[in-house]
Amino acid sequence: MSKRVALEASHAVAEAVMMADVDVISAYPITPQTHIPERLAEMVANGELKASYIPVESEHSALSACLGSVAVGARSFTTTASQGLELMHEVVYCGAAMRFPMVMVVCNRSLSAPISVWGDHSDVMSCRDTGWIQVFCENSQEAFDLTIWGYRVAEDKQVMIPVMVNLDGFTLSHVTEPMFLPEQSEVDKFLPKFNYPYALNPDKPITHGGLGQPDIYTEAKIAQEVALRKSKSVIIQGWKEFGDIFGRYYSPVEKYKTEDAKTLLLTMGSYSETAKVMIDERRARGESVGLISLRLWRPFPYEEFRQAVSGVETLIVFDRSISFGMGGPVFSEAKSALYSEASRPKVVGLIGGLGGRDMAVKDFEYVLDRGKEIEEKGSDRMIEVVGLRGEMIKA
Amino acid sequence: MVEKKLKSAYEFTWKDMKVGNIVTEPGNASGRKTGDWRSDRPILDKDKCIKCAFCWLYCPDAAIKQTDDGYFVSDFFYCKGCGICANVCPKKAITMVEEIEE
Repeated sequence: MSKRVALEASHAVAEAVMMADVDVISAYPITPQTHIPERLAEMVANGELKASYIPVESEHSALSACLGSVAVGARSFTTTASQGLELMHEVVYCGAAMRFPMVMVVCNRSLSAPISVWGDHSDVMSCRDTGWIQVFCENSQEAFDLTIWGYRVAEDKQVMIPVMVNLDGFTLSHVTEPMFLPEQSEVDKFLPKFNYPYALNPDKPITHGGLGQPDIYTEAKIAQEVALRKSKSVIIQGWKEFGDIFGRYYSPVEKYKTEDAKTLLLTMGSYSETAKVMIDERRARGESVGLISLRLWRPFPYEEFRQAVSGVETLIVFDRSISFGMGGPVFSEAKSALYSEASRPKVVGLIGGLGGRDMAVKDFEYVLDRGKEIEEKGSDRMIEVVGLRGEMIKA
Repeated sequence: MVEKKLKSAYEFTWKDMKVGNIVTEPGNASGRKTGDWRSDRPILDKDKCIKCAFCWLYCPDAAIKQTDDGYFVSDFFYCKGCGICANVCPKKAITMVEEIEE
């Protein structure tokens, strides 16, 4: 029997790490992720969690230590945000390419400069190409669930790829919400003990992290790319089995009131829940609008995404970061995923919620109304931004 | 010492890559030909050689071996032609000559 509790999303993650019986935690505190390593340090110190807590000197070391601990077969966890994720950037690539299964929770925050400790998706978007499985959460329950699920998928022998669980800084990380905590026995049923098949062992020496010369590098990277794309079936199967045990089912593309919708809004992360309030109001007024949110960002769920927007006239993509000189990265990828389709919706993109700028229900009303307007009349603006002061110049 | 297999990386497809590209055979680098990008080749003049082993000692790879008759000769399976042996030889018995494709 699961019990109903009120937990801050950060503490929900810490509970998940404890219930996953993680062996090694190596993390450096950074706003807005601080409550996660703080709670975990407390759990280790007071004996609730039997694990090694490595208080490293930087995020570069935090992830490096985790890769080392996975290499000897220890279930490992780290967590970071923003500048911390940037500081560990090169190690992020190594973790995926060396196929070290682990979970990292990223409390999404903007990037300097100017200095901003508040939320947006700039940090995770800089990690799009790192080769990790990347998922997004909308609430405390999902933060807990996806952390547990992350180990199950990452450690699957067919996958062996680390999982990055994204949750919005402050608007989710610091919010206390009601949620269900399962029994340890249920978690144990879903998540078997970590049995890493390539653990370092002096009796059976192997090498991790060798050199790849030009004559083999291409083959190595394509093997990695194929493994990431093929992981999708295990990801989906993992969610199905999770649902069968815990009663909560997840999908690569989550749909909200999409039945017969002519217009869909595409969001990621916790702002999806605010946008859903707007969708409720518009539906009540008889408008055929709905919302999809990308739960799975990498590997990109092409099939599920195309299916979700099939028959839709307008897809409005809401981005919380900028790929400078190009625009919204999610908008760009959504368009690209649909380009080869014979029948596809018009895709328009708006950017907002940067550096913690609040997106209230009325702001999502603007996103929807302006999105439809662009679909009908086009836009001559260089970039479409929600709540920007000053008239945008022409492209 | 792993056998010199001369197996080229080109014989491996992406499907042959191990998970995380791990190396499961310890020390197998010695089976890999690494002397194929040499541009200069050391040539030993045995008339000048006094078998002092300086070249063997200074070789940064394991590319110099002592033969049964006591001379130190380069193993071109590994020798990258760096020229350190020629440089340290007290008798100037080693000359670097331009590598010619066989």
